[in-house]
Amino acid sequence: MKVSQISVFLENKSGRLAEVTQALADNNINIRALCIAETIDYGVLRLIANDPALAKKVLSERGFTVTETSVLVVEVEDKPGGLARVIKVLAQSGINIEYIYAFLTRSEKAFVVFRLENMDEAAAALQKAGVRVLTGAEIYAL
Amino acid sequence: MAQAFFWNREAECLPRPQLEKLQLERLRSVVARATERVPLYRQRFAEAGITANDIKSLDDLRRIPFTVKDDLRDNYPFGMFAVPMDEVVRIHASSGTTGKQTVVGYTRGDIGVWAEVIARTLGAGGATKGDIVQNAYGYGLFTGGLGLHYGSEFLGAAVIPISGGQTKRQVQVMQDFGTTVLCCTPSYALVIAEAAAELGVDFSKLPLRVGFFGAEPWTDGMRVEIEQKLAIDALDIYGLSEIIGPGVAYECLEKAGLHVAEDHFLVEVIDPGTGEPVAPGQRGELVFTTLSKEALPLIRYRTRDLTVLNAEPCACGRSCYRMQRVTGRSDDMLIIRGVNVFPSQIESVIVGIKGVSPHYLLVVDRKPGKMDELEVWIEISEETFSDEMKELERLEQLVLSEIESVLGLSVRVKLVEPKSIARSEGKAKRVVDRRDLFK
Repeated sequence: MKVSQISVFLENKSGRLAEVTQALADNNINIRALCIAETIDYGVLRLIANDPALAKKVLSERGFTVTETSVLVVEVEDKPGGLARVIKVLAQSGINIEYIYAFLTRSEKAFVVFRLENMDEAAAALQKAGVRVLTGAEIYAL
Repeated sequence: MAQAFFWNREAECLPRPQLEKLQLERLRSVVARATERVPLYRQRFAEAGITANDIKSLDDLRRIPFTVKDDLRDNYPFGMFAVPMDEVVRIHASSGTTGKQTVVGYTRGDIGVWAEVIARTLGAGGATKGDIVQNAYGYGLFTGGLGLHYGSEFLGAAVIPISGGQTKRQVQVMQDFGTTVLCCTPSYALVIAEAAAELGVDFSKLPLRVGFFGAEPWTDGMRVEIEQKLAIDALDIYGLSEIIGPGVAYECLEKAGLHVAEDHFLVEVIDPGTGEPVAPGQRGELVFTTLSKEALPLIRYRTRDLTVLNAEPCACGRSCYRMQRVTGRSDDMLIIRGVNVFPSQIESVIVGIKGVSPHYLLVVDRKPGKMDELEVWIEISEETFSDEMKELERLEQLVLSEIESVLGLSVRVKLVEPKSIARSEGKAKRVVDRRDLFK
C-alpha cells in the first residue's frame, strides 16, 4: 500500500531546483506529484516519480541529499466534499497527519498524498471506509 | 585642538624619564612577587635564568618569557593567583579557547587601580562628578559592567547600573534621568540611536554629551555615525580581563589614539611570528605587563590584538604612548557583542552531536542599526536529513542550544547542503566576517 516518495534538501539559492528537474529530465524520469516545504534558509522538495529508485540514485550522484520516505496515496472524488470524506476517516481514527499534498490526472479522480503518524493503521482505516489506497505500481503507471 | 580634561593630571602627564623610572621599579617588584608566589613563573624564570635583580633597565624586559592565554587555562581556575584567597575580593571570567573559561581575580587594591584607570578614561572625555552615567555594558562575569560601574563611582558621577538590553527602557531612562554619559558597546549605541529615532527622540535637546564605547572592534565610520545620531563625542576604550578589564587604554577628546595607562600597564608591540619587538610605528601584537596588579600579575602577556603604538606626544599633554584602535587579531578569536568567541569552542560542540558533519562555517555580520549576528552554518548529511520539517527544526534547535550554552551568546543556526562549505588543505577557513572592521 505504501508508495515511495523522494525528498531532497535544497538550500535557498537560485538554480538549485532547476538542477533537480534537469537531472530527472536527463534520465527520462517523470514526476507524478511534488511539493516544497520551505523555511528562510532551505526547502525540502518531496516528489513522487515513476521510477523512485532511479530518481534517488541520479540525484545522489549529483550531490543532493536525498531520502526515501513512505507515503499513502489515496483516490478521492474530484468534487466538493471528496477530500473532506477521507480526512474525516483519519480524524475519527485519531491519526495525525504530518503533511499532505494533492494532484490531479486526466480523469475524474484526484489523488492525495499523505504522510501520517501511523501509516499501516491509517491504510487499514481508509480501506475499511471504502477509500481506494493506491499501490506504488499503480501510481508509477499513472 | 580639543579641550583637554584630566582625572589625574599628575600621573597621566608624568614626564617620560620619571614614568620610565617608576615602570622599572614596579617591573622589578612584580617579577620578584611573581617568582615568589606563582609556581609557573618561578619555574619559567628559573629556566630562562632570570631574576628580578637582573632587570637593570626596561630593555631587560625582552629577556623574560611571554605569558599566553593557555597558561591561564592550564592553571584553571586560580593557579596563577599571587595572593591567598582571603585577599581576593572579586572574580571575573571570559571565554577561553576551549571549554574552560579564563578566570581573573582582584584584590581590594586591584579594584582600586581599576577604578582609577576608568576614572581617567571618563575624565579624559570631560566627565566628572555631577555627571549621570548610564552604564549599558552587561553586568556579570564580563568585566565591562562592573569595571565602568566602580570607575564611575570613583569619579564621583551618579551611575545608573542599567546593564545591556531593554532598549526602549534605555531611551526612557536617558530622557527621564537626564543621562549625560553613555557607556556600552559601539553597536549597541547604534541600536539605542535607532530605537530613539523611532520614538521621535531629538538628541540635540537631551543633555547626553559623551559616550565610552568598547569591548568590540569598531571603525571611524561607526564613530561618525554614533556622534551624528546621538549628538555626542564618541570615545574608544580598550582593555581585556586578563590585564584588568576596560581602562587599559582610552582616548582623549583629540580622538587620535588610545592612551595606555603606562604607570600600571607596561606595553610592547611584537612581531607575532618571531616574538621580537617591531620597529616604532610598525604594526604588531600588543603585549602587556601588569605593573601594579596584586591578585593576578601577568608578565609579558600576549593579547593577540594587532595594532600600532605611537610614541609621539599627544596634543592633550598626556605623556603615555598611544595605541591605534585594534586592527586585527593574531589568532582566530572573534568578538561578538562583547563576547569572545573562538571557533574551537563551536567545533567542540558540533563534533559532540551525533550525525552532524564536522564541517561548519561561522558568518559574522553587522547590519545597519543592528547588533552583531553570528550565524553557524552546519552541513546536513544523509544521516541527519529528514523529510519532516519538525525533525530538521529539532536538529537546528539542538545545535543552537548547545552552542548558546557554551558561548553564552545567542546565535543563528543555518542548515546548508553537504559539501557546500569549502574544504581546504591544511587549516580550514571557518570564519567569514562581513563586518569589514579591519580594512
